Amino acid sequence: MEETVIAMSARDTILASIRASLGVTGQEAPRRKIVADRLSAHPAGVVPRRGQLPAPERAELFARMVEAAAGTLASVASAEDVPSAVAAFLRRHNLPPSVQRGGDDLLAALPWQREPSLEVAVGPSDGRQLASVSHAFGAVAETGTLVLTAGPDNPTTLNFLPDNHIVVVEAKDIAGDFETVLARLRDRFGDSLPRVVNMITGPSRSADIEQTLILGAHGPRRLHVIVVGEGAGPATGTG
Amino acid sequence: MSTVATSPRFKDNARKALGDRELQSALKFVEVNFIARRREVADKLPEFEALRDSARDIKDHTLAHLDLYLEAYEKRVTEQGGQVHYAVTADDACRIALDICRELGAKTVTKGKSMIGEEIGINDFLEANAITPIETDLGEYIIQLRHELPSHIIAPAVHLTKAQVEADFRRAHSHLPADRSLVEPETMLAEARAVLREKFLAADVGITGANFLVAETGSSIIVTNEGNGDLTQTLPKAHIVLASIEKLVPTLEDAAQMLRVLARSATGQEMSVYTTVSTGPRRADDPDGPGAYHVIILDNGRSAMLGGQFREMLRCIRCGACMNHCPVYHAVGGHAYGWVYPGPMGAVLTPSLIGVDKAGHLPNASTFCGRCEEVCPVRIPLPKLMRHWREREFERHLSPATVRSSLALWAFFAKRPWLYRAATSLAMRALAFLGRGRGRFRWLPLASSWTRHRDFPTPQGASFQAQWKKRSSP
Repeated sequence: MEETVIAMSARDTILASIRASLGVTGQEAPRRKIVADRLSAHPAGVVPRRGQLPAPERAELFARMVEAAAGTLASVASAEDVPSAVAAFLRRHNLPPSVQRGGDDLLAALPWQREPSLEVAVGPSDGRQLASVSHAFGAVAETGTLVLTAGPDNPTTLNFLPDNHIVVVEAKDIAGDFETVLARLRDRFGDSLPRVVNMITGPSRSADIEQTLILGAHGPRRLHVIVVGEGAGPATGTG
Repeated sequence: MSTVATSPRFKDNARKALGDRELQSALKFVEVNFIARRREVADKLPEFEALRDSARDIKDHTLAHLDLYLEAYEKRVTEQGGQVHYAVTADDACRIALDICRELGAKTVTKGKSMIGEEIGINDFLEANAITPIETDLGEYIIQLRHELPSHIIAPAVHLTKAQVEADFRRAHSHLPADRSLVEPETMLAEARAVLREKFLAADVGITGANFLVAETGSSIIVTNEGNGDLTQTLPKAHIVLASIEKLVPTLEDAAQMLRVLARSATGQEMSVYTTVSTGPRRADDPDGPGAYHVIILDNGRSAMLGGQFREMLRCIRCGACMNHCPVYHAVGGHAYGWVYPGPMGAVLTPSLIGVDKAGHLPNASTFCGRCEEVCPVRIPLPKLMRHWREREFERHLSPATVRSSLALWAFFAKRPWLYRAATSLAMRALAFLGRGRGRFRWLPLASSWTRHRDFPTPQGASFQAQWKKRSSP
């Protein structure tokens, strides 16, 4: 009788080794239930109190944290004011009046014509643009973090290739903590996350040479946030 | 194809490091900056200690159910068009990555910072197979130019001064004018940014590591400050994620808990600049992003660690806090440890991965001050685990004969307290007599390896035990 040698796949080898170490077969119903329950219930752990604030204070905390992370921030009363806030940012930094944006509904509906000298192109970045405008899915006051989702509305390359990244976020989308934004992501996208969810806290930086912190490593040198709407709180900086 | 370890020569490495002026000047930054910054952000968050408990519990829970989370993760990745590959050894992982690159006809590969990449020696392997890997994290880029290993897991070039980096850039970027000014770190960063921007846009494949893999969504998460990891994974035709089995967490909420302790423990930031959650390849309507998404999951001995004394080490999230707070690391830097992982976490992990016969010195290079455990975001009892290695080394007769016989001699006395007291009191009186007037010994018989590096103080007054006895019985 010949022995049949069945080569185990790497996958089976690793799973078998894990199970041998844990002393389990992988078939135990109680273990499987614990895992299935955790995956479907996704319980929140410790959520810092820092962000648990009413809307205006939450927006203020967000603004403070953005600035603490070396970002700049401006607040506008309504979306109509965004184009002039964008133009003002570009002028302040002596940048050419040109931005690139994605097909985002909110950004597409803005009255860009009010800034006649501002050139607004649509599409992903190929690395030649100096400034981009994105619309954030949400924001987290706890750390001053913007949450952006990839897609034709807000291409990922716009977050990283241009030297200046301008991000529009609606005041109502500023959450106190990460968990709130995660819940919104599940509501909006269901079972499948967008290809990329970018959580961005301030402009790109490196401290790899003698621990000297320098802004603008590979991503944007400047991150400018424009908060739109009531409850946005007072402008905390001139950006 | 893992990197050749010089860990067996730790003592020589350490001696050289102590005499290396440039290294010593560069190391000062670790001790000052990292510790103060971590303290500051930890103090600002009242829930920080509770979050450390939470992070520890999440990792323990995941490890106890690792087989099932791994299966769940794989299913989710596959559902979203990604591919999961399993690698039992470092060589397997390298070969899988090479096959993916070859299938795409790749010539150049950009790389985000990945400790697994260092562990498996992916760069050397790709280069030997006619594919050019380009490190894009500034620190990794610098050490790649120098053909060195990282000396720190989050600050790979922390052992270098800016003058050394300037010299490397002048040598490597010979296409740039020789008379350009390159004194300030700002100028160097701008130069690296410009050089690497071209590479990003031209690369065929991007390889990154992963800080976490999320079973619930089939996502990989990378955390960076430079944005290099994002350019690495967004621009090429394919994104390869290198990750080891213990990177799994169950859900996005669990990842959020881990992220709250990671950046604070690592760089002392509230949050790193870029936390990127990636799920599968470019979608039908995506205007950018990689066409293929591969995850290579490496075991390399970890599944075996799950069953033994070193299981707790698998909680490690590679923040570097242990080395930032380690007096031994401050003194000798990361390269002395001789392999990919330095500091206290390296002293525990390296013997597991390359063998205690090769890395036995590392768990001995500790003062057992316990600062590493105090700051570890997932509360790994690093001193205890180092002690386990010392015991194993002793049991396997790997420690030198002199150490073994001295320990046996010490044990003989320690087991007989009256003899111990008599012998030490006699020895102290003899030393006090011989050293009278000088206050110190520059040389002592049988202790020359100690006195070679420092003086031995002359004993003064009664012994600790005698003083203690006197104090506790008034």
